[in-house]
Amino acid sequence: MLFQPINRNYHDFSIVRDKDACINCKVCIRQCAYDAHYWDESRQKVMHDNAKCVGCHRCEALCPTSALLIQKKKSEFKDNALWKPEFIKYIYKQADTGGVLLTGMGSPVGNIPVYWDKLLLDASQVTNPSIDPLREPMELKTFLGAKPVKLEFGKSKDGTPKLKTKLSPNIELNYPLMFSAMSFGSINFNLHVAMARAATELGICYNTGEGGLHKTLYQYGKNTIVQVASGRFGVHRDFLNAGAGIEIKVGQGAKPGIGGHLPGEKINEMVSVTRMVPLGSDAISPAPHHDIYSIEDLHQLIFALKEASEYRVPVSVKIAAVHNVAAIASGIVRAGADIVAIDGMRGGTGAAPGMIRDNVGIPIELALAQVDQRLRDEGIRNRASIVAAGGIRCSADVVKAIALGADACYFATAALLAVGCTLCGKCYTGKCPWGIATNDAKLAKRQNPDIAAKKMVNLVHAWGHEIEEMLGGMGLNSIESLRGNRDKLRAVGLSDTEMDILGVKHAGR
Amino acid sequence: MAKKITLDASGIYYRQFNEQIREAVAAGATDIVLTNVNSQRYLVGAIEGDLNFEIQGVPGQDMCSFMRGPKVRVKANAQDGVGNTMDDGTVIIEGLAGDVVGYAMRGGKIFIKGDVGYRVGIHMKAYMEKLPTIVIGGKAGDFLGEYMAGGIILLLGMFSDKPSEPIAGRSLGTGMHGGVIYVRGEVPKEQIGPGLTAQPLDESDKLVVQGIVKEYAKELGLDAKAILASDFVKIKPFSHRPYGNLYVPA
Repeated sequence: MLFQPINRNYHDFSIVRDKDACINCKVCIRQCAYDAHYWDESRQKVMHDNAKCVGCHRCEALCPTSALLIQKKKSEFKDNALWKPEFIKYIYKQADTGGVLLTGMGSPVGNIPVYWDKLLLDASQVTNPSIDPLREPMELKTFLGAKPVKLEFGKSKDGTPKLKTKLSPNIELNYPLMFSAMSFGSINFNLHVAMARAATELGICYNTGEGGLHKTLYQYGKNTIVQVASGRFGVHRDFLNAGAGIEIKVGQGAKPGIGGHLPGEKINEMVSVTRMVPLGSDAISPAPHHDIYSIEDLHQLIFALKEASEYRVPVSVKIAAVHNVAAIASGIVRAGADIVAIDGMRGGTGAAPGMIRDNVGIPIELALAQVDQRLRDEGIRNRASIVAAGGIRCSADVVKAIALGADACYFATAALLAVGCTLCGKCYTGKCPWGIATNDAKLAKRQNPDIAAKKMVNLVHAWGHEIEEMLGGMGLNSIESLRGNRDKLRAVGLSDTEMDILGVKHAGR
Repeated sequence: MAKKITLDASGIYYRQFNEQIREAVAAGATDIVLTNVNSQRYLVGAIEGDLNFEIQGVPGQDMCSFMRGPKVRVKANAQDGVGNTMDDGTVIIEGLAGDVVGYAMRGGKIFIKGDVGYRVGIHMKAYMEKLPTIVIGGKAGDFLGEYMAGGIILLLGMFSDKPSEPIAGRSLGTGMHGGVIYVRGEVPKEQIGPGLTAQPLDESDKLVVQGIVKEYAKELGLDAKAILASDFVKIKPFSHRPYGNLYVPA
């Protein structure tokens, strides 16, 4: 024990087992992917090693006698406003290994404001009537893509008016919502099936992420956005023509400025076939697309993809929300993108260096407001739709995002929570006990695609209804009337600068 | 439609010209000559099938991007992005080519007679029977074969317009985790990416190089014997997981 590492006992969680309730049934042993529970042969009972617990709550959720409680370890370091416990632990770990700190899921950092929580919505009182969506029509239908500056009409032979303007291809969504990019590989096939089926049933889209599209999922193409990222994994002409839209991923909110890296552990046979990379080899996506070093180069790739898909689908460009995001978005639109997707710094990920995740980028609310304003000021807002991503937690966040100027929102973490994720943030180990971020067949079968799809559908139905209620309360009967309608928002407790950036007044004004 | 067809690119914007090409292919043309090409982009982009193209004039950016199958001969120089994410087929360039040739290329062959620019063969990857191959008759700019994950790059350094340059620029093969780069003659050590070394060829390498050189020489009317009259070196990755030990769970 002399050489035990300093941080052996500074673990994050403790497993509390109610000895009276525990029946030694070993469910916890079978459920834990990290071997935190084990059978002690000499004592003939189930024991546990707190140091191995990642706080995923799988055992607690499945314990048949409710004998388990997972809680934060109570041991605390002496209070220090500067040296918060996570920084102390980081140093112990890095001193032991020399490694880059690796994290999963969105940033938990608490000192960066969540502006959704500082924004309040309006409702109609007396002067204009609110609308009850249970009995009156309410329109959530959303079209993503370039819109014409004006419409021109002629007359057909029988004298009826006929549209002369040629419309750009658009993606039609029944809700202003889409499942955000999560690659096949980062999450397993069962969940890709679930997302594809849920998106189809809902009339929305899911995004393949950078991992190609498995052959059996081509049938859901009408509800699929196919993604092209710097590694170009699984990208070929069939893939580009499989979906309702093509997205160029330039950046991701959780890790702006760096590439992706699917560890060899997660590359099983099916992932290997779909990505077209060898089994067990790392799949490395470069930080930049090496064919994009400028807006002109981006234009070149956008039109390479449009040519490859014969101009049948809109092309989206996804970037992380960073400084100067408004100017960058303007360039993207001028480069010919039909959709600009902006991913805020709280967006999730399967793996990101912790320092990048927690310190690089800006919140989506500020980025979104600035991008929408900039495109309006430049008179090019109609040329592209804006999709907001990165930390959408509930339907009110969606409503606020649309009022700030989004056409639709991407959400991914919420979709994973819907199927059991507890945000333990260990996705990069490939051992997700909830069967989500794992390609281990034994773990992955914990997700039944039918049940997972149903849960995702339920979530979007619920959000859709709530959005209708909030819209109706504001006296609006169409999501179109809310888009960029910042008069429906008021701020609480924000500075003049923040309100100026968000383009909203303080509550009470 | 006739199997053989000539399309004149004079004064036509790429979008219309590519549409004409797609229409010709859809109508059954298999041997297509493109004349008076003057930097039209995306030529033969995402076209599939056992087809032959001859390009007269200088094609524009991203020629043969996403292409699957055709054999394309360029009678002049080519610009940047040749064979971007190319899937299959053969591209023969009788002059030189610009930057990022064969980016993320997954299959097929690109034979270039002269020099190439920066970042050629980045992130090429092989899979199953697909083995992308790039042969450069001249010299290459910086970052040749960066992030390379599979396939073969063969660099000859023979038919170059840059006599005073080294055969390859800086950071040759940096971050490569698959595939192999063969170089005729020697590569200055300082041009090679971190962790990599130039090694002599073994017998199986020699067979591979001979096979590729013969095909290359035949397509470009060169003397294979003269090309093979020198020793070659190879640069291979030191690991398929170069960044496997970089991280510690936070």
